[in-house]
Amino acid sequence: MSKSAIDVPSQGGFSFDLCRRNDMLAKKGVGLPSFLKTGTTIVGLIFQDGVILGADTRATEGPIVADKNCEKIHYMAPNIYCCGAGTAADTEAVTDMVSSQLQLHRYHTGRESRVVTALTLLKKHLFSYQGHVSAALVLGGVDITGPHLHTIYPHGSTDTLPFATMGSGSLAAMAMFESNYKEGLTRDEGIKLVVDAICSGIFNDLGSGSNVDVCVITKGHKEYLRNHLLPNPRTFVNSKGYTFTKKTEVLSTKIIPLKERVEVTEGGDAMEE
Amino acid sequence: MDLNNMGDLNAPHSMGTTIIGVTYNGGVVLGADSRTSTGMYVANRASDKITQLTDNVYVCRSGSAADSQIVSDYVRYFLHQHTIQLEQPATVKVAANLVRLIAYGNKNMLQTGLIVGGWDKYEGGKIYGVPLGGTLIEQPFAIGGSGSSYLYGFFDQAWKEGMTKEEAEQLVVKAVSLAIARDGASGGVVRTVTINSEGVSRKFYPGDTLPLWHEELEAHTSLLDILNAPGPEPMNI
Repeated sequence: MSKSAIDVPSQGGFSFDLCRRNDMLAKKGVGLPSFLKTGTTIVGLIFQDGVILGADTRATEGPIVADKNCEKIHYMAPNIYCCGAGTAADTEAVTDMVSSQLQLHRYHTGRESRVVTALTLLKKHLFSYQGHVSAALVLGGVDITGPHLHTIYPHGSTDTLPFATMGSGSLAAMAMFESNYKEGLTRDEGIKLVVDAICSGIFNDLGSGSNVDVCVITKGHKEYLRNHLLPNPRTFVNSKGYTFTKKTEVLSTKIIPLKERVEVTEGGDAMEE
Repeated sequence: MDLNNMGDLNAPHSMGTTIIGVTYNGGVVLGADSRTSTGMYVANRASDKITQLTDNVYVCRSGSAADSQIVSDYVRYFLHQHTIQLEQPATVKVAANLVRLIAYGNKNMLQTGLIVGGWDKYEGGKIYGVPLGGTLIEQPFAIGGSGSSYLYGFFDQAWKEGMTKEEAEQLVVKAVSLAIARDGASGGVVRTVTINSEGVSRKFYPGDTLPLWHEELEAHTSLLDILNAPGPEPMNI
């Protein structure tokens, strides 16, 4: 490859300069560290009063479960939440970024954020990175125009659907939805269907597991049900607690309870110049 | 974990697709299937591939879902500004040209074939094809997408100049359903949009109302039909 004599100014977007260095390192035997992926089952559906989102809580690093209880339902706005599948760093970063952009937009306009605004901001960002930001999202919320549910793919394409699933467990969850979804579900029916779909992903997909998180969004009200269902409790716990190996002699024991040492007085006088 | 399957779910969202645009005596009829696939999985079985650009111009999208959505978003934005500056509705030719400018100017990055169709008071109903390289070609009818390969012969035989609105709509529905029967990447429902001097009308033909072709099986409306059907007779030894 011939190198040009003039330095081309960077034009934004992804810089691939370090990829040649990475290839060289890989040839020498130093591979890239594997990244934390959320194998995942995430779902969303529209019911009669709004939107229900659901997610499992397993984060994997290759074949290892890195986090048994991570949060995959991200806050975007008081009336909009977003489930994320794919590379955990990418979903976290992109939803945080768009969440702050939405907050600034709310200050600018003085109005509640709309789901299509979040959708457009996310799709523009993901498209400009041409799929290298590996974030597959289920975006749901209720705004002045009604309830909305969208899926966003890493390359930047979006779909608007009444029910949606994403992630490695999406096929298992979609099977549940396709059999049991109907229009005009009540809140309890909707939560049950979402929980069934996520459980289907948890038990049938190796990349998903642990607990079920649910988020119900209706007009003017939202409920984030963290760990709504715990179908995988840790049943075999040693009653003796942690014991040192037989050869270790315990000389003395000191237990310090972690409580506040500082007293905080509520109220008090305002600072004076 | 089947890594092959995981890889497929991260494949770019593409619309295998069959898209059609046909002129008739007084306007145009645009038609499309509704399947969006990621690898071998159907990501959306009821997508809407006929997108509005202005009140009187619509575009059929095929190829990469992300690329075609972004192109139509940009064209809608530019056409909106153009309409404000012109102070009258944009013509189909202008809309098609804007699509072509973006498709040709970014030809290295984009992978999308589009069919622009609409009605304006100067030229009447017009169809413009903007296939992969970014050329612009005005045609009396246009077909695109992976399913269109199966329709060239059909249109050679069935197309005629100066059809009525009903004839044109039936031709489009028949053509899309033929392509759906033969192309794995096309499926779902058939959507049509008819544009003429009176305005725009959207029609929707669910999969089970479409005619069946050679060797096709009848569609079941619900899985429950299969579940409730009587089981096979027990074997006799």
